[in-house]
Amino acid sequence: MGERRAKAVERAPRRIPVLRGEHGPVLVGLLPLIFLGFLFLLPVARLLMLSVEGGTLVHFQKALFGELYVRVFYDTFKIAITVTLLSLLLAYPVAYVLSTASPQWALIGFVFLMLPFWTSILVRTYAWMILLGRNGVLNQILMGLGLVSEPVHLLYNVPGVLIGMVHVLLPYMVFPIYSAMLRVDRDLLLAAEGLGGSSLSVFWRVFLPLTLPGVIAGTALVFILSLGFYITPALLGGGRVIMIAVLIEQQVRQFLEWGFASALSIILLSFALLAFFVLNRTAWRKTA
Amino acid sequence: MGQVNVAATGVDVAGGSAEAPQERTELRVPAAPILLALKGIAKAYGPVSALAGIDLKVFDGQIVTILGPSGSGKTTLLKVVAGFETPDKGDVELAGRVITNATPASRGIGMVFQNYALFPHMRVAENIAFPLQMRRLARSEIRDRVGRALSLVGLAGYEDRYPRQLSGGQQQRVALARAIVFEPPLLLLDEPFGALDRKLREYMQLEVKRLQRRLGITALFVTHDQEEALVLSDRIAVMNGGSIEQIGSPADVYGRPANRFVADFIGESNIYRGKVAASSPEALTVTLASGQTFVARGASPRPIGAEVGLVLRPQAPTRLTDRDGADNVAAGCIEDVVYVGDAIKYAIRLDGGGQMVVRWPFDRNQTPLNVGETLRIGWAGDLLHVVDWT
Repeated sequence: MGERRAKAVERAPRRIPVLRGEHGPVLVGLLPLIFLGFLFLLPVARLLMLSVEGGTLVHFQKALFGELYVRVFYDTFKIAITVTLLSLLLAYPVAYVLSTASPQWALIGFVFLMLPFWTSILVRTYAWMILLGRNGVLNQILMGLGLVSEPVHLLYNVPGVLIGMVHVLLPYMVFPIYSAMLRVDRDLLLAAEGLGGSSLSVFWRVFLPLTLPGVIAGTALVFILSLGFYITPALLGGGRVIMIAVLIEQQVRQFLEWGFASALSIILLSFALLAFFVLNRTAWRKTA
Repeated sequence: MGQVNVAATGVDVAGGSAEAPQERTELRVPAAPILLALKGIAKAYGPVSALAGIDLKVFDGQIVTILGPSGSGKTTLLKVVAGFETPDKGDVELAGRVITNATPASRGIGMVFQNYALFPHMRVAENIAFPLQMRRLARSEIRDRVGRALSLVGLAGYEDRYPRQLSGGQQQRVALARAIVFEPPLLLLDEPFGALDRKLREYMQLEVKRLQRRLGITALFVTHDQEEALVLSDRIAVMNGGSIEQIGSPADVYGRPANRFVADFIGESNIYRGKVAASSPEALTVTLASGQTFVARGASPRPIGAEVGLVLRPQAPTRLTDRDGADNVAAGCIEDVVYVGDAIKYAIRLDGGGQMVVRWPFDRNQTPLNVGETLRIGWAGDLLHVVDWT
């Protein structure tokens, strides 16, 4: 990574003469830095400061020890972990098929993968409401086939939220795994096979370990994104599935509890950073 | 195929001994059994034929090289033997057993890949232990064997390194150790020295040969480097366009190339196109398009007017004084001089037309010839090798 960055830095000055010299990279980074600083970091810092306004930790106390809120954190983690695992289970085979497919089929596969990715998340979530509803397409099919006698509850509960979130987050899992799979030298698999490895042991001992960096990167992305997911749980959960982001929104919009919402945000941010740190460390150890 | 049985003794076959009558040889040393037999192997990728009916026998204990330019099908052939490709036609037999459709894992053949294919996430010891673990050997047995294999390739003490922490030569030794640690009957090597620098390459070639002799392993080797093939092999199969052009000892393919392709591909040679003017059991007289006439001895008789190629190795001609004579004489002037260390190569423009490259040992006491100097050269008729032109 460092090497690649160094190369990019080396190349950049050649293209834009103004940015020649050692300050080039700093100049390039300055504008986005100012932009982010004033429009993102500053407001976020201001918001976070609200949690300790008045020099009290009462908001944190409430968030971390109030039974109701601990419950929400617990549910959020449970949903995030489930979404991550489901995405992984679905994404790994998809990535494998894409990485071994001929260029034309890979392209078609990617279009199908990217199409929802480019569609508004709101549109997609409403589409799921139509599909999963009591008289939705899915229930009509299931009843029509005689597989169930009465409509299955797929909306406004955890399964509905899981379906919607996995659908939205799947590409984030597929891409890193796919790119890790592309990097695996096919000769290594042949070598493992030639040395006496069965398909199963070639997979467990060679292919999976070599794609693990991609798995970890995808897991980190999906897990962190799910922790703070808002629209999908809000709509598909129908107020019955409360995740942290939904809770924060309620606190601000319904109860105007800015301080408490801020404390919840800090806790969420800490968890996300912690998850990122742990997974990043694992990835480093695997690839270093 | 006479020379095949001689070569089968596993002894280095020099040109002379290959001439020995077949019966006597077989009486002295019983022929080694055939370890690997390829029978009519054909393989096509769509409309492109990669292998067009390959027959090849590899005797126990030999190093056989498949030599050919890139695209000649040599790597495909190796993959067929390893089991990574299934032939469209033909059979692969290993120790008398047909393995044409067997999985690579069940063949138990060792292979060294061109880029070594070491598992980057495993330490050296884990890499070498892999084939043993796949065979479910006991832990202590695995440790012993890995240790022995590592010391065999001179890498004892490197157990805990990762492949990326090793030099190219060391990686290659690990790949070799991994390929022989489970004592396969056959070792396949796919251009294993290509990535090494010249000095290391030559060292590793001898090292592999030493190991092969010591372990009594049979090796099938793929390379496009004719020098490497000559150094390493008991027998060489020269491939071109999906077919084997010639199989023989290094001395055979170098000294008696079967056709123009082999003559051109193996070593340097001057090749002249001509028509047979006279043919007798002793000598063949060939007239070139330029009108020059050369005499070849020891070639099989051919009909008058047949198109042939005359193959002359650069070191064969000698410089003649005005009074000297030879079977074949030519005169010309030096066009180019190239020093190649221990020898000098001269490109000579022949008076009758055409060019000839000669290579003479560098002599300290003699001043080398200069560009523009004229000279007479000559060579004996038995140094001129005749091949069909087609």
